[in-house]
Amino acid sequence: MSILELRRVSKVYGEGTTEVDALTDIDLAVEQGSLVGVMGPSGSGKSTLLSIAGSLEEPTRGEVVILGKSLSGASRNDKARLRRRTVGYVFQDFNLLAGLTALENVSMPLELDGVAMKRARVTAMQALEQLGLAERADHFPDQLSGGERQRVAIARAVVGERRLLLADEPSGALDSLNGESVMRMILAACHRGVAAVVVTHDATLASWADRVVFLRDGKAVDETLPPPSPEQFLGQPSRGPSS
Amino acid sequence: MSVRHSLLALLSEGPKYGFQLRQEFEASTGDVWPLNVGQVYTTLQRLERDGYAESDDIDADERQRNYRITSKGNEELSHWLRTPPDLSEPPRDELVIKILVASRLPEVNVHDVIQVHRRYLVQVMQQWTHLKEDEASLDLAFALAVDAELFRLDSVVRWLDSADGRLRRANVSEVPNESSGLPSNQKKTGVAQ
Repeated sequence: MSILELRRVSKVYGEGTTEVDALTDIDLAVEQGSLVGVMGPSGSGKSTLLSIAGSLEEPTRGEVVILGKSLSGASRNDKARLRRRTVGYVFQDFNLLAGLTALENVSMPLELDGVAMKRARVTAMQALEQLGLAERADHFPDQLSGGERQRVAIARAVVGERRLLLADEPSGALDSLNGESVMRMILAACHRGVAAVVVTHDATLASWADRVVFLRDGKAVDETLPPPSPEQFLGQPSRGPSS
Repeated sequence: MSVRHSLLALLSEGPKYGFQLRQEFEASTGDVWPLNVGQVYTTLQRLERDGYAESDDIDADERQRNYRITSKGNEELSHWLRTPPDLSEPPRDELVIKILVASRLPEVNVHDVIQVHRRYLVQVMQQWTHLKEDEASLDLAFALAVDAELFRLDSVVRWLDSADGRLRRANVSEVPNESSGLPSNQKKTGVAQ
């Protein structure tokens, strides 16, 4: 089942002579449990794509469908509920609230969604435990390392019954091993059935995805082919399209 | 992959039989570099001949012989570990040559050529990454070798990205209507509904 579908989505910023096509006719379907990478250089439309997929921005044309429901006719309240309940976001700069502890940061989306505080905190604690952060629950963001802050951000993005995880350069300025941990966590969420989209310019991060879509000038110009099995791969390292 | 020095390294842990060295050697390289196992025995013979290793039971065949490293062997191993391989000369890189050639041919869209290679490289990276997905059963030597391969491939993708950008910048003044079409079926085919 597709958790997220973009149907011929376009986004135009500005008007007349200042008009810029940020995205043009993007079709993208992300199935339950799958991790899709979107690769492209700066200005290729990656972040716009993610904002529209997460209903943070409206497409100029086309349709966004989440869990089979089109957002085109949805009310502002419906969309806000969807953002609180179904979609989790991870940004490059973590976006944790400095005045809240790790636990409070993670439980906040649940509390905003009307879950009783006590229950929200229990669920948030479970999410932190899953990411090995239980003993950091009472720390404030400035008491955590960069890698820990990003783990908290991921816990916040997957807490509760979230079905769709949208990540924009999620390894940010982390070193390569911490970046790998971040991708392992996103992958673990996918194994639990979450659908994820990771946009990045970094091929090492994108290589964790089941499928990589390449964006250029707002258009999806290409995508990877389904990989052969590991046995086939190590047996024949030159497999794949010839170059 | 230096078979000679890998065997010296295994011997520096203590005396070992020929067949044991072969087994440990195979295990230590994982599946990353396929090797001819016959090489292990011929290399052992040479190590002995050159005085880097020795064994008492000369009459047994290489498999059954017990080898130990000599002090000359230890010195050689130590010297080899600390000698940087010569990376001062750039290797002749076929991909770089392809892109340089493509950039000069007016009928070829170099950006499309770059994308074909970029996609291929990312696919190969996906395959390597997939092999280290299961962290619990990940062999350390294997993980190190896979990381090395991923960094190498990543550097090639980054070069392609930078070449792509540099060529675009250079072309802006020359070709105002640059095509972005690719040999893909995902080109825009009509007006949005």
